[in-house]
Amino acid sequence: MSQIPADLRYTKSHEWVRTLPDGSVEIGITDHAQHSLGDMVFVEVPEAGRKLAAGDACAVVESVKAASDVYSPVAGEVIAGNAELATRPELINQDPYGQGWIMRLKPAAAGAGGLLDATAYAAEVAAAG
Amino acid sequence: MGRRTPLYDQHTAAGARTVDFGGWDMPVDYGSQIEEHHAVRRDAGMFDVSHMCAVDLRGNGARALLLRLLANDVGRLTAPGKALYSCMLRPDGGVIDDLIACYLDEKWFRVVVNAGTADKDLAWIREHAKQIGVAVVARRDLAMIAVQGPQARARTGPLLPAACRQAASALGIFFGAPCDEWFVSRTGYTGEDGYEIALPAEEAPAFWQALQSAGVRPCGLGARDTLRLEAGMNLYGSDMDETVSPLESGLAWTVVLEGNRDFVGKEALVAQKAAGVARKLTGLLLLERGVLRSHQKVLAGAAGEGEITSGTFSPTLERSIGLARLPAAAAGQVEVDIRGRRLPARIVKPPFVRNGRALIEL
Repeated sequence: MSQIPADLRYTKSHEWVRTLPDGSVEIGITDHAQHSLGDMVFVEVPEAGRKLAAGDACAVVESVKAASDVYSPVAGEVIAGNAELATRPELINQDPYGQGWIMRLKPAAAGAGGLLDATAYAAEVAAAG
Repeated sequence: MGRRTPLYDQHTAAGARTVDFGGWDMPVDYGSQIEEHHAVRRDAGMFDVSHMCAVDLRGNGARALLLRLLANDVGRLTAPGKALYSCMLRPDGGVIDDLIACYLDEKWFRVVVNAGTADKDLAWIREHAKQIGVAVVARRDLAMIAVQGPQARARTGPLLPAACRQAASALGIFFGAPCDEWFVSRTGYTGEDGYEIALPAEEAPAFWQALQSAGVRPCGLGARDTLRLEAGMNLYGSDMDETVSPLESGLAWTVVLEGNRDFVGKEALVAQKAAGVARKLTGLLLLERGVLRSHQKVLAGAAGEGEITSGTFSPTLERSIGLARLPAAAAGQVEVDIRGRRLPARIVKPPFVRNGRALIEL
């Protein structure tokens, strides 16, 4: 059973969103996603300053099995990509909600409109089998 | 739901993720493909390969049948138990399958063919066997387990039936030996030493459990693929198929054109060789971060374009490697189109890794 922390928001495409105290958001992929993809071997994160619309492909996570796009759950401007992932892609497997974060974003609008809470995301994961 | 091997329940109990492979539900990994890969390079791992099909050819014409059907020359098999890797070809030189043939006696050869091609292989073999009077017996009553790695033989030996132990420990590389209803061969698909063991299906679960208790790690098809690619071994259906010849697939070393022996596809290969083989299968090492994947386009400058046929991240080298079919003139450095970016890669001669050691310069 994969972990789904209650204090985060989620997308159907298996990204998570954490609102930080300064109003910026941190984004990564869920435990369920990392487990399905398998051992990560390469991660491409976005550059600071890049402007993203909600749903834009913003990063690539590549496991031994396949390459997958990561989509920005919200619109905003990239503050930072997680540079550590360039040399330690396995952090996404080991700590998907912590050291495995992918990018930080200054959101264009406040709030987490359209995102799923933990219960709704758990139901999505369960429905997908 | 696909077909299940006699070890399916062992896989699910061990937490395997399964995928369809050639119509079979097979374990792709048991948690971490990379750890399974390292287990085989450094210690010992095992694979359920029961989806592959052992075929016994029995009768006086068994050797004559294979002399006709295989591009490699079974006339070279003179010591009982000696095995040989070969392609089986269409008349136009396209590869029907690749297989291992083992000579046991003049009335018995055993070949092992791929899962996804087993039905067409059997039909093809039977068609030719009829004329020669050889019985073709598909051994679906057997399970097959490959135990691979530097410690594989030491761990496996004591667990074999008494009748097999002596024979197994005496096996030279690429030899096999029948012992009662079991069959042990010193072959594999990983670039490491080890055994492939065929045994009665009903005995397989207990043997698998015993191997696991002896410290042999269950490994899935994921690790099997990264291991065979590091070892520079082709995968049928990815690196070659019915549309290409062995000469375009890095397998010229398995084709014996010399002499009077006439095999199916020989004429086509002789003609192809005379005209000049236009494409070659070669190894690639990606020089930047990223991962080579099959079907990515390769740009080889003035020589033209080609395609990756197999690509992966190599856990041993911690770099991306692949096999690519390129114009024959391609040399040195090429570019690979990876999702719209052109990344440099170097042409290298496989194998990339053998017996735990890197064989290419990084």
